[in-house]
Amino acid sequence: MEFAELIKTPRVDNVVLHRPFYPAVEGTLCLTGHHLILSSRQDNTEELWLLHSNIDAIDKRFVGSLGTIIIKCKDFRIIQLDIPGMEECLNIASSIEALSTLDSITLMYPFFYRPMFEVIEDGWHSFLPEQEFELYSSATSEWRLSYVNKEFAVCPSYPPIVIVPKSVDDEALRKVATFRHGGRFPVLSYYHKKNGMVIMRSGQPLTGTNGRRCKEDEKLINATLRAGKRGYIIDTRSLNVAQQARAKGGGFEQEAHYPQWRRIHKSIERYHILQESLIKFVEACNEQTHNMDRWLSKLEASNWLTHIKEILTTACLAAQCIDREGASVLIHGTEGIDSTLQVTSLAQIILEPRSRTIRGFEALTEREWLQAGHPFQQRCAQSAYCNSKQKWEAPVFLLFLDCVWQILRQFPCSFEFNEHFLIMLFEHAYASQFGTFLGNNESERCKLKLQQKTMSLWSWVNRPNELSKFTNPLFEANNLVIWPSVAPQSLQLWEGIFLRWNRTSKYLDEAYEEMVNIIEYNKELQAKVNILRRQLAELETEDGMQESP
Amino acid sequence: MEHIRTTKVEQVKLLDRFSTSNKSLTGTLYLTATHLLFIDSHQKETWILHHHIASVEKLALTTSGCPLVIQCKNFRIVHFIVPRERDCHDIYNSLLQLSKQERLQGWQLIDLAEEYKRMGVPNSHWQLSDANREYKICETYPRELYVPRIASKPIIVGSSKFRSKGRFPVLSYYHQDKEAAICRCSQPLSGFSARCLEDEHLLQAVSKANPVNRYMYVMDTRPKLNAMANRAAGKGYENEDNYSNIRFQFVGIENIHVMRSSLQKLLEVSGTKGLSVNDFYSGLESSGWLRHIKAVMDAAIFLAKAIMVENASVLVHCSDGWDRTSQVCSLGSLLLDSYYRTIKGFMVLIEKDWISFGHKFSERCGHLDGDPKEVSPVFTQFLECVWHLTEQFPQAFEFNEAFLLQIHEHIHSCQFGNFLGNCQKEREELKLKEKTYSLWPFLLEDQKKYLNPLYSFKSQRFTVLEPNTVSFNFKFWRNMYHQFDRTLHPRQSVFNIIMNMNEQNKQLQKDIQDLESKIKRHKNKQTDGILTKELVHSVCPESPTLKTSLCFKEQTLLPVNDALRTIEGSSPADNRYSEYAEEFSKSEPAVVSLEYGVARMTC
Repeated sequence: MEFAELIKTPRVDNVVLHRPFYPAVEGTLCLTGHHLILSSRQDNTEELWLLHSNIDAIDKRFVGSLGTIIIKCKDFRIIQLDIPGMEECLNIASSIEALSTLDSITLMYPFFYRPMFEVIEDGWHSFLPEQEFELYSSATSEWRLSYVNKEFAVCPSYPPIVIVPKSVDDEALRKVATFRHGGRFPVLSYYHKKNGMVIMRSGQPLTGTNGRRCKEDEKLINATLRAGKRGYIIDTRSLNVAQQARAKGGGFEQEAHYPQWRRIHKSIERYHILQESLIKFVEACNEQTHNMDRWLSKLEASNWLTHIKEILTTACLAAQCIDREGASVLIHGTEGIDSTLQVTSLAQIILEPRSRTIRGFEALTEREWLQAGHPFQQRCAQSAYCNSKQKWEAPVFLLFLDCVWQILRQFPCSFEFNEHFLIMLFEHAYASQFGTFLGNNESERCKLKLQQKTMSLWSWVNRPNELSKFTNPLFEANNLVIWPSVAPQSLQLWEGIFLRWNRTSKYLDEAYEEMVNIIEYNKELQAKVNILRRQLAELETEDGMQESP
Repeated sequence: MEHIRTTKVEQVKLLDRFSTSNKSLTGTLYLTATHLLFIDSHQKETWILHHHIASVEKLALTTSGCPLVIQCKNFRIVHFIVPRERDCHDIYNSLLQLSKQERLQGWQLIDLAEEYKRMGVPNSHWQLSDANREYKICETYPRELYVPRIASKPIIVGSSKFRSKGRFPVLSYYHQDKEAAICRCSQPLSGFSARCLEDEHLLQAVSKANPVNRYMYVMDTRPKLNAMANRAAGKGYENEDNYSNIRFQFVGIENIHVMRSSLQKLLEVSGTKGLSVNDFYSGLESSGWLRHIKAVMDAAIFLAKAIMVENASVLVHCSDGWDRTSQVCSLGSLLLDSYYRTIKGFMVLIEKDWISFGHKFSERCGHLDGDPKEVSPVFTQFLECVWHLTEQFPQAFEFNEAFLLQIHEHIHSCQFGNFLGNCQKEREELKLKEKTYSLWPFLLEDQKKYLNPLYSFKSQRFTVLEPNTVSFNFKFWRNMYHQFDRTLHPRQSVFNIIMNMNEQNKQLQKDIQDLESKIKRHKNKQTDGILTKELVHSVCPESPTLKTSLCFKEQTLLPVNDALRTIEGSSPADNRYSEYAEEFSKSEPAVVSLEYGVARMTC
């Protein structure tokens, strides 16, 4: 397919662009295969340079021959284009619609994008599983790398290399895979160096209604327990939901077969419930005219912060088991690719100082989301403005980022990155020039040859220039476990994402700049004092030598 | 100094309290501005700080002289015998004055006459009226009131009779650039049809005092329904037909009873253990608290806009003109005038619009066992509105959140005299200035704690604040209503860090100056000694190895700062962090931080 077929009118003059916080501009609108560009041809700058894949939905309306297209983006921005001429407007609208919903991944922009920067470090090789495992292997010898899934045959959504207990061989893993949803047998997610406890994750056990059991499964997870110790299984579904899953062949670990494990049920929502929550939440935030009561009731009805609280609470619980109870944890929901990953990754943010650094967080995203098989392609296909009722979209990753932001707010000096870093990840998960978030799992990414054909997000982010934008000036590494408060009074609306286009942040940005200035100035002064002290010390010794003879 | 009549008295005896034989030391008594000093014949000195003096007592004259007993707050009791009664009397009086002086000086810190001068009144349109000098017209107003120059006393008296509690229209704030005024009063006693020519004249005088704009706004801060109900009781609101050039406007802030129960509901909700997000927000909604806060803010914005955009003067009232009127006038002034956004200016604003104009602090705060129906968080709401402004304009205020919280603490503490009583007349009768301390000097003394490190006083951008009152900009004020629930707060405070860094920067600048001058001195010395140096040189050649062997070590300059930033650090400089560290070191399970809402491990 040629993009040209989709672009009936590549250029329209005298288009007026309206966007939040800027005066309307008139200019020329251009459509390319991947971008929508508007330029007033002044100062050689483009006023708008929008990826088609960032477009979530469009509305069009006409007054006489003046057409208006309202573009709703996946990053929640809403812009409006006034286009003279009905035919041009209809053409543009249908082109945008077609170009923003390409059915083949290989036509997406990352396959066409050529970086304008020099690649210092290839992001595709920045976080290899082998390297990650080395971080553990110095501390423990109870685990090993397994290549059982090398051809993606045992579990299509797992990466080729996983970490499993040393005492369990690949043959056993194959058997366990048949007993777990999607073949997702229990694998290591996190090793707590402080006390050797671990977080494992998996899919639900396929017990069904007649209570099937799998000795290898029991043996596998028991292999992670110290003698006489008990572990915890955190099921991210309510007991009710888990029981219903049995009817469809799923289920949960029976006490009788797993006597050394205590099972805790939490209830983290999934799929369309989350998607609807996002839609309602963004809708509430976008409405400027709501009175107070209406706003608060809409905020409540969206349930967004309820989900945040539930996810954070479960993550705290998992971290508590590890750090305070000294017990290992197995976490799963149904498939183990959504709520499970939210919990395992947040627990690591709480427990592991490294995951609060920029590289550590990138590694975490790579390990616990990309490699672990969170289906980004499906989940992020549409955002808050979609009308289509496909059931695979869900803001699972955004909820995770929001939770991280909540912890960041409570521990503003414990993270090496700032809010902008999280916002950037959100944007790229939904629309990007980089290949990192394409595909649903490693198997798909391999088939697409993303490493060869696209650029990794990390190659770009990890350049000093970019990093400086994402660095938190207040960061001071601390090796502690950080326990966030999950009381509703402590959870806040993430203004940087949800009110970003609805209110000007000018004064807040200026205050932030001032803060950075104070910190920079402090560093400067300290450096100067050090230089002067050295000078003085030198002078004093010179004097001393003059006097000493 | 004028209080010290005698600086030195000789031949004074100091009695030993517990000696049976009336043993005593003879010496000289000196009186200084800060101390009472007794030097006995052995040159032993006894210093007594005036501040320490709790009471001074002059006993009946004896044969050896006049006894003077001084009791100190630190439990020292001294018993002097002064030979001549006149000297004793002088010392007695001086000590009484001196121990009180500090109190009085504290009360002089805020001078409202000075403040009106700053605003630019009196001027050709506005003058100080002596009508209420003896509280004859209005008991709940201050003595000194500013009114339009053309409003004669009979007009004022006539108007006051037509206004609830005699609270006739007076000046609250004068905007010099716009020549427009914020005036305040109580509701008119208009009933269904009554009118008062003097009152109409007074309003006309207010609008005429504005040379730019002929019409003026009359803001009734009540909901229309309440105002109409008041008509049945012979009160009510201005009839636009009777007053020339007024634009009448209701703004719909609810009364004290609604506010009281609203706060009660809010606290009930936020105090629920294991509160869910939905219960929290539906409780927040049904309490109506943020709706009320927004209503007050919107009213203040309306007021500020009338002055800035239309150049119009505004008259604000509610029922009695001491609750909602105080909120709207003070908040409106704060939006218009950056002075009120400084520490000192904010104190002045509270003294002016709240204390002097008779906001009934004693009743509203329930200082005494009074009518519980008179208690209402009206002033708290004002503080919350200011907090919301500081959130929207982080650089516009000289003070920080701690300042607001501290003021809130003291409207209830009864530790200082400012908020005792319900109006100025009552305060004078209570002799508060003599018997109590003023809060403001104490806050100023601790100013460092209350400074906003991001405050940008240089920029003129913030002359007028134009806040955005879209509902999503209003948040639950956790640090007020959960002040003491530490587990709900962020565990690291950016604010404290920046504040400390700012302080440290000042210190570093000083260090740099010191070092530079020291280096300069050394260099001068060296050029002086260059001749000697050359002489020495031959004897002791400068050895490079010697120089490097000194091995200058980069010093870590900022232990305080580091301790602050690492949560492990138990820096005594900042309690919050050390407490936090303790929390971490507790060996108990995570219930410390997880008790609120996190599922207990019950399985």
